[in-house]
Amino acid sequence: MEVKQYTFKDFQSNQEVRWCPGCDDYVVLRAMQKALPEMGRNKEDFVFISGIGCSSRFPYYVDTYGMHTIHGRAAAIASGVKLANPNLSVWVATGDGDAMAIGGNHFIHLLRRNLNIKIILFNNEIYGLTKGQFSPTSLLGQKTKTSPYGNIQPPFNPGELAIGSSARFFARIGGNVPKEQTELFIQAEKFKGTALIEVLQNCVIFNDGCYTKYTDKEVKDDVQILLEHGKPMLFGKEKNKGLVLKGLKLEVVTLGENGVTEANILVHDAKESDPTMHLMLARLKYPLATGIIRAVEDATYEEVDATLEEKVKANAKFKTVDELFFSGETYEVK
Amino acid sequence: MITEDNQVKPTRESAELENVAIRFVGDSGDGMQLTGTQFSDTSAMFGNDVATFPNYPAEIRAPQGSLYGVSGFQVQIGSVNITSPGDSVDMLVAMNPAALKTNIGSLKAGQILIVDTDEFNSKNFEKAHIDVNPLEDGSLSSFKVIQVAMTSLTREALSGMTLDNKSMTRSKNMFALGMVYFIYNRSMEHTVEFFEKKFGKKPEVVEANVKALKAGYYFAETLEIISTTYQIAPAKMKAGTYRIINGNQATAWGLMAAAHNADMRLFLGSYPITPATEILSELTNYPNFNVKTFQAEDEIAGITSSIGAAFAGNMAVTTTSGPGLALKTEAMGLALMMELPLVIVNVQRGGPSTGLPTKTEQSDLLQALYGRHGESPMIVLAASTPENCFNYAFQACKLAVEHNTPVILLTDGYIANGSAPWKIQKTSELPKITPRVIKTGDHYNPYDRDEKTLARSLAYPGTPNMEHRLGGLEKDKSTGNISYVPENHELMVQIREEKVQRVQNEIPLLKTEYQEEGDLLVIGWGGTYGNLSAAVHQINKEGYKVGHMHLNYINPLPKNVVDIMKKFKKLVVCELNTGQMAKVFRINFPEFQFHQYNKIQGFPFTTVELTDRFKELI
Repeated sequence: MEVKQYTFKDFQSNQEVRWCPGCDDYVVLRAMQKALPEMGRNKEDFVFISGIGCSSRFPYYVDTYGMHTIHGRAAAIASGVKLANPNLSVWVATGDGDAMAIGGNHFIHLLRRNLNIKIILFNNEIYGLTKGQFSPTSLLGQKTKTSPYGNIQPPFNPGELAIGSSARFFARIGGNVPKEQTELFIQAEKFKGTALIEVLQNCVIFNDGCYTKYTDKEVKDDVQILLEHGKPMLFGKEKNKGLVLKGLKLEVVTLGENGVTEANILVHDAKESDPTMHLMLARLKYPLATGIIRAVEDATYEEVDATLEEKVKANAKFKTVDELFFSGETYEVK
Repeated sequence: MITEDNQVKPTRESAELENVAIRFVGDSGDGMQLTGTQFSDTSAMFGNDVATFPNYPAEIRAPQGSLYGVSGFQVQIGSVNITSPGDSVDMLVAMNPAALKTNIGSLKAGQILIVDTDEFNSKNFEKAHIDVNPLEDGSLSSFKVIQVAMTSLTREALSGMTLDNKSMTRSKNMFALGMVYFIYNRSMEHTVEFFEKKFGKKPEVVEANVKALKAGYYFAETLEIISTTYQIAPAKMKAGTYRIINGNQATAWGLMAAAHNADMRLFLGSYPITPATEILSELTNYPNFNVKTFQAEDEIAGITSSIGAAFAGNMAVTTTSGPGLALKTEAMGLALMMELPLVIVNVQRGGPSTGLPTKTEQSDLLQALYGRHGESPMIVLAASTPENCFNYAFQACKLAVEHNTPVILLTDGYIANGSAPWKIQKTSELPKITPRVIKTGDHYNPYDRDEKTLARSLAYPGTPNMEHRLGGLEKDKSTGNISYVPENHELMVQIREEKVQRVQNEIPLLKTEYQEEGDLLVIGWGGTYGNLSAAVHQINKEGYKVGHMHLNYINPLPKNVVDIMKKFKKLVVCELNTGQMAKVFRINFPEFQFHQYNKIQGFPFTTVELTDRFKELI
């Protein structure tokens, strides 16, 4: 069937966007509206599902099918949508509290099952919609409305949690880089399986500047490494720093110093099924790993399920439910 | 070795009975459920009406010989209409002292007790906290006690086989069944076929069980103490093809029939919980019938995945029991707010909390009606017999997709596990189901409503030009967009309530049983139908004028409830809870006075306790 041609305007709904001025959510929304026409799918086949939180308003603003549901359950609801109609392109918009606190169980199980669903995780390390309480990704010592003397709950690292839950695809991206986001969303759509994209989203009101040390234009290139599959792990404004493995740890080296050449630098293999290196990259603080950290092709839940269904159908004893009802130990009353 | 031919057969009488109730009791590993099921199925195939009551402990394999490890199966068969498994029994088969101790109180005086004497030893007395051997202390003198060394006789019968002692002993339940078959003139054919079909690949298992069964049968034939054998003639039932079905299986099949008649895929999102799990496991067998089951990570994912499936166009169902229903309540509010079709099956058990997971109760009624945040009216149905779980599951689906609203179906542990003859229904004989959905067009307003029913129409994802967003936030009455307008919210609350109430126009009027007017009206709902009916039948036989009104539609109630109640001098609401339906009736019908009879023991009503209470009121 021929796919219709769209522009980003086709994906703008008639609803007024109600996020705070300056919020990164606007950037992500626009990046998504630009990515959707490039995905080669009909508009009616997209479904956006969200839970509760600032970012969970997302579906209202994208002119596709969508549901704004209840706190934490987007992953489970999306699973039902996908199982009911595997032809749909199903997206989850969720936040750090929605996905990893109240919805933690659904989040890890979706990753484990590997349904072909895409998750955009807006991680702002705070509860925004309830006005500033600590979240499961808030830093130790962080002062919030509910941690006035500093947060004492150690945070999750979303990538580590996801890969530990058997995630096949994990990517991380800054909140203020629309072009990279658009590209990443298209890549995620192409990937067959559950894809998790963590967006480092700044909350201008309750946690302003939480990612500045990583995402500020001045420092970004020196403190982030944008990983690309098959390319050496190089970063820095001059692309002269790189990662090597020393023992069981990643270490930053500089090209030209101590005889280090590009040949010594690790090459990123996102498709390696062993998660060890991807976990190390997800945990890395300097440089902070962005881009697609892990993208391992595997059978999706719905593929396995469909194969099983076909097999059962082929061997089924009964063709209709009526045959089943009248089968086995029945008897006649005259 | 005992065979058909080498024994002396005493002469004996044969007597005709209208009905007989038998209870098989033993350790939870003794195979009492299988034994009871075989007796029921054999009797049903012979043409008797049948009602069963499996009663088993929460422990899978409790310590052998313990009091709390006793598992039982009661069955009543008859040549007359049988609505309940009966209170007290005409025969008790007790495989060990603990089983005897916990069940002897239910055996009618003068009736038959069969015990396995091999199990009556000091070790087992100690486990059952028994000081003196009850077979020797005269305490059983009012019964006809048949003492049989069942374990050793079974081993003897199987002596030629290459089986270890443990495997041989395992067949003693079939020895017991053989004896019972002889006493009630049942054919062994069905049970032999059952083993051949089920264990065809393990011929030694088939041989051992069949041998034990026959040994028991022929052994009974030699016993002089069995002076009479009994006949129970076939019952007069509507002509048709029947099968024995339990409530959970009937529920699962009713759901499948509904999806079939709606031409939809059935989606079940569920999480295992006693006593509802069997609906999930039954449906997992049939992906070939366009059934998609999803065992979710928890109760909440069970219902929320179903909400997703409903949005995407499947016939969506979730199944659970009380504690699970509590976990699902927030999501039920979402389904109600988004006005999506969803069936929530709650197989009630004793609560609160873990409570009595394997016992029955009707204590989730108020939870079903009111147990949600906000103003959240919901259609509530209750099945009342094992076999009509099929029809109410079907009806729940029909109402859900034709009105685009969630529907709760209440069953309970008693009818879910109990079985009865079901006159098999063809899907072509069941009503057609027409989901309210728009499949083509260039414009879609999700909250446009049907004038008559107030139901909205769905548009499934994948339909061009119908893109829309639903959510838990309050919506504008016409556009469906988010609205915080105060008057709009009030109006929407009223519309959602009115929509449920208008379903009253589609549900059948109630009919009372036994009497249309009289001194007392017995009001019941759900799974107590059989026991209430048996008691009302009994008291009318004694010359009283008592009617029985039984509810399957709980919200909304049928239109003629008041008309019926007016014709009786007194009203009594009987429930397996502290009076939840009585409360609902008092709120809805303040002009009437409602008496109550309640029981909260994890067990169904008995005829005696009910008729005693009825007489007290008249």
